[in-house]
Amino acid sequence: MSNSALFLVVLLTAIIMVVAALLIAWLLAPKSNNPLKGEPYECGIPTRGTSWMQFKVGYYLFAILYLVFDVETVLLFPWATIMRDLGTQGLACMAFFFVILTLGLAYAWKKGALQWK
Amino acid sequence: MFHFSVVTNWIDELLRTYLPDGWALFIEFVLIGIAILTVYAVLALILIYVERKVCAFFQCRLGPTRVGPFGVFQSVADMIKILLKELIKINKVDPRLFRLAAYLVIIASICTFGAIPFDKGLHVVDFNVGVFYLLAISSLGVVGILLAGWSSNNKYTMIGAMRSGAQLISYELSCGLALMTIVMLSGTMQLSTIVEQQTTAWNIFRGGIPAIIAFVIYLIAGHAETNRGPFDLPEAESELTAGYHTEYSGIQFGFFYLAEYLNMFIIAAIATTLFLGGWMPLHIPGWDGFNGVMDYIPPVLWFFAKTFACVFLALWVRWTMPRLRIDQLLKLEWKVLMPISLINIILMALWIIYIDL
Repeated sequence: MSNSALFLVVLLTAIIMVVAALLIAWLLAPKSNNPLKGEPYECGIPTRGTSWMQFKVGYYLFAILYLVFDVETVLLFPWATIMRDLGTQGLACMAFFFVILTLGLAYAWKKGALQWK
Repeated sequence: MFHFSVVTNWIDELLRTYLPDGWALFIEFVLIGIAILTVYAVLALILIYVERKVCAFFQCRLGPTRVGPFGVFQSVADMIKILLKELIKINKVDPRLFRLAAYLVIIASICTFGAIPFDKGLHVVDFNVGVFYLLAISSLGVVGILLAGWSSNNKYTMIGAMRSGAQLISYELSCGLALMTIVMLSGTMQLSTIVEQQTTAWNIFRGGIPAIIAFVIYLIAGHAETNRGPFDLPEAESELTAGYHTEYSGIQFGFFYLAEYLNMFIIAAIATTLFLGGWMPLHIPGWDGFNGVMDYIPPVLWFFAKTFACVFLALWVRWTMPRLRIDQLLKLEWKVLMPISLINIILMALWIIYIDL
């Protein structure tokens, strides 16, 4: 049996489990209609303003850095699979790529991008 | 050694003798689905019970004792209770994203669970890019968590989700790089092949020092991936009530809860599969008698023993260490684990090319 078909089976199973659990909860759980229950939880004080607002930029910086290194991981995985056959030459080529990346990390470090402010 | 495909082939032939091919295939799919869900649910029950008991003993308490002998049915009772709870509608949420978030988290968790090889031939999905698949699917959970925090329209959930996003994406890098060292060692990404290569020596012994470093990095990063203490800032209860799932109730909260526990198991299972030999028994080259005795223990038991050892380690860390601050957390990843992982990859490459061959 092909793996893709099996993956679809797993995915369907997951979806069916979600639907079944929701159905059981819908059948068994009590339903009430009290407007006060719908208040967002903020320790009993009425919320002020919206929460969909501008957020600290520090998180964005880490997301950008993540993107750089994650793409690198995607590129490195195929090399990692066949690196035994490529031997020293493959390692030399990859080392070049590696150095550039490490320089990127060093630059971010030097610039203080890794420092949480 | 016993190959599980004996059982599956037998079921296949049995079904095909009585039913047309299409129906036989359909019933097999249903059986696979039932098997996944059963193991998933049972493991969740066991893990929740184990967590509560272990944490109780760490804190000199007794833990659950009332429901059943030694409280073993406590988590069953909890599960029934969570199904009976009302799904409260919050006024200001984005309803579609709010619901989708909970489903995404649990679906990603089940899909990852499907790829774990429990025994020889006992796995559902076995892609030739297995390690890649694990990384890809498990990072879907981040999307779920971010959506949950954003759609709830609550300041606590928002902060929790942002912290969680930063934490998960950062530690995913170290996770990926640690797994990459093992891919380099094995020369394949297929999980079943990686396990079978560890017949004589587990990867952690075969790969020498780089593999041990990678194992430690994976344990730390994987532990951070599950959002559990000391890395539990996204749901730091003293500052953020419950973090990104503050507004969730009933079974929708249950999905997050289930996924959290199963993710702990999945991380431990991946560590077992890639580093500790999966279902392979412990073999010491040259000790034939010892190896014979070890072979006598069923592989499934080996798998679960190793996985639960890793789970216990995770629990131990969780209930011993104080919580980190966000700057410490990011510093640990970007200034400690990340450079070490990068150097470790070079070390592993040198090890493979010049020593191991």
